[in-house]
Amino acid sequence: MTDTPKRTPLYDLHVELGGKMVDFAGWEMPVQYPMGIMGEHTQCREKAGLFDVSHMGQVILRGENIAEKLETICPSAFTKLPVGKARYTVFTNENGGIMDDLIVTNAGDHFFLVVNASMRRQDIPHMAANLNGIDVIEIFDRALVAVQGPKAVDVVGALCPAAVDMKFMETIVADINGAVCRISRLGYTGEDGYEISIPDADAEAVTRAFLVHENCEPAGLGARDSLRLEAGLCLYGNDIDNDTSPIEASLNWAIPKRRREEGGFPGAARIQRELAEGVARKLVGIKPDGRAPARQGVEVQCANGHTIGAITSGGFSPTIGAPIAMGYVSTAHSAAGEKINLIIRGKAQPAEIVSLPFVQQNYKR
Amino acid sequence: MTTYYSEDHEWITVDGDIATIGITKNAAEQLGEIVFIEQKEAGDDFAKGDEIGVIESVKAASEIYAPIDGEVIEVNGTLEDAPGSLNDSPEGDAWIYKVKVANAAQLEELMDLDGYKALIG
Repeated sequence: MTDTPKRTPLYDLHVELGGKMVDFAGWEMPVQYPMGIMGEHTQCREKAGLFDVSHMGQVILRGENIAEKLETICPSAFTKLPVGKARYTVFTNENGGIMDDLIVTNAGDHFFLVVNASMRRQDIPHMAANLNGIDVIEIFDRALVAVQGPKAVDVVGALCPAAVDMKFMETIVADINGAVCRISRLGYTGEDGYEISIPDADAEAVTRAFLVHENCEPAGLGARDSLRLEAGLCLYGNDIDNDTSPIEASLNWAIPKRRREEGGFPGAARIQRELAEGVARKLVGIKPDGRAPARQGVEVQCANGHTIGAITSGGFSPTIGAPIAMGYVSTAHSAAGEKINLIIRGKAQPAEIVSLPFVQQNYKR
Repeated sequence: MTTYYSEDHEWITVDGDIATIGITKNAAEQLGEIVFIEQKEAGDDFAKGDEIGVIESVKAASEIYAPIDGEVIEVNGTLEDAPGSLNDSPEGDAWIYKVKVANAAQLEELMDLDGYKALIG
């Protein structure tokens, strides 16, 4: 990535708020504000945190039979996705690996998608090439802001009463502070909250209006990562990638019965085989016994000293006050309670397989 | 007592042939909230440039490199259970090692406070 990093419409506001700016997937984004990663993390668990996620790719699909066509490149079901509802899915490759994960929303006369910032350049041509007769329109003039936490409903509701009664994975178009926004009740923290797509020109004013609320503070990418890890949510490029299948990643819930039986998506043979026969490795939660964080790439060994896998995401959990991690291990050693060793800087550190998530998800069902 | 500074953002206060080593306030701020430290043990010898510990913040892991040759004579054991004190008092209570200086001439290769201030701008 040699291009000059891009800036979101909220760049000046981040700097004004004391955000420490870093290059992330080609974008200059705040990793933290003066409150610090732990403070921002706790703010989001207890009150509300506001994240700029404008680097993510927002895409509109227009045309006939969008749902059916999306099902040819994703293993999820969209034909019965009601208007105003969003769904998590993945693009699979011919080998049943994951090309990206994304949120698909039925917006009535079109579909609205949000894809990973780092995969925009892959996903847009991929859809354009494979969704025959569908216009794939990447949006370049809208910001995306996430307000997450138990008080998010108060923060967003104060400016948009219609948001209060929405349920998890519902989406509406509504006025906020005079701007026409798409508001979706979902997120990447395990908390209740919203992601709000805002026209660039209004993004700073709407964001400032949210931040006026006494329970809302800005939060950066650092807290976003520790929050999603506690919630057991996969990060593309770490926990899921072109080699890992949705079944290995325990994303079976994203593939409903009809799709499992019918197939008809890239890599269906592998995914159907794994569903029938089981997987050789699985994504699991890992809790080190000691204080040393186990980062991405750390080798996992069974009690007998054989390599059984590797950490894909790891760090410190502010909520638990101890390190946590996720990683792939051979299925024979994947049961919760299994004692393992993590090889950190050449030394075996004891740890245990645990069920995900580390911190209970708190969605508005 | 004289205090020296290394390019790896350590401070070294020397009293006779005993040096106390820690990380600077600037280093602690750059690392962010510190959640873990791995230290060597009393009696361990090391040469300048050796890795003599690891500090992990919520963001990442950073090695501690020896600013001089020496031998660990005391480890600040309070840090293991309270690594956050490295953020609160990096140039005070949260010293990391007391070491026996093996080669005093190496101290002259380090910076004084003005030099360090110039380094961090």
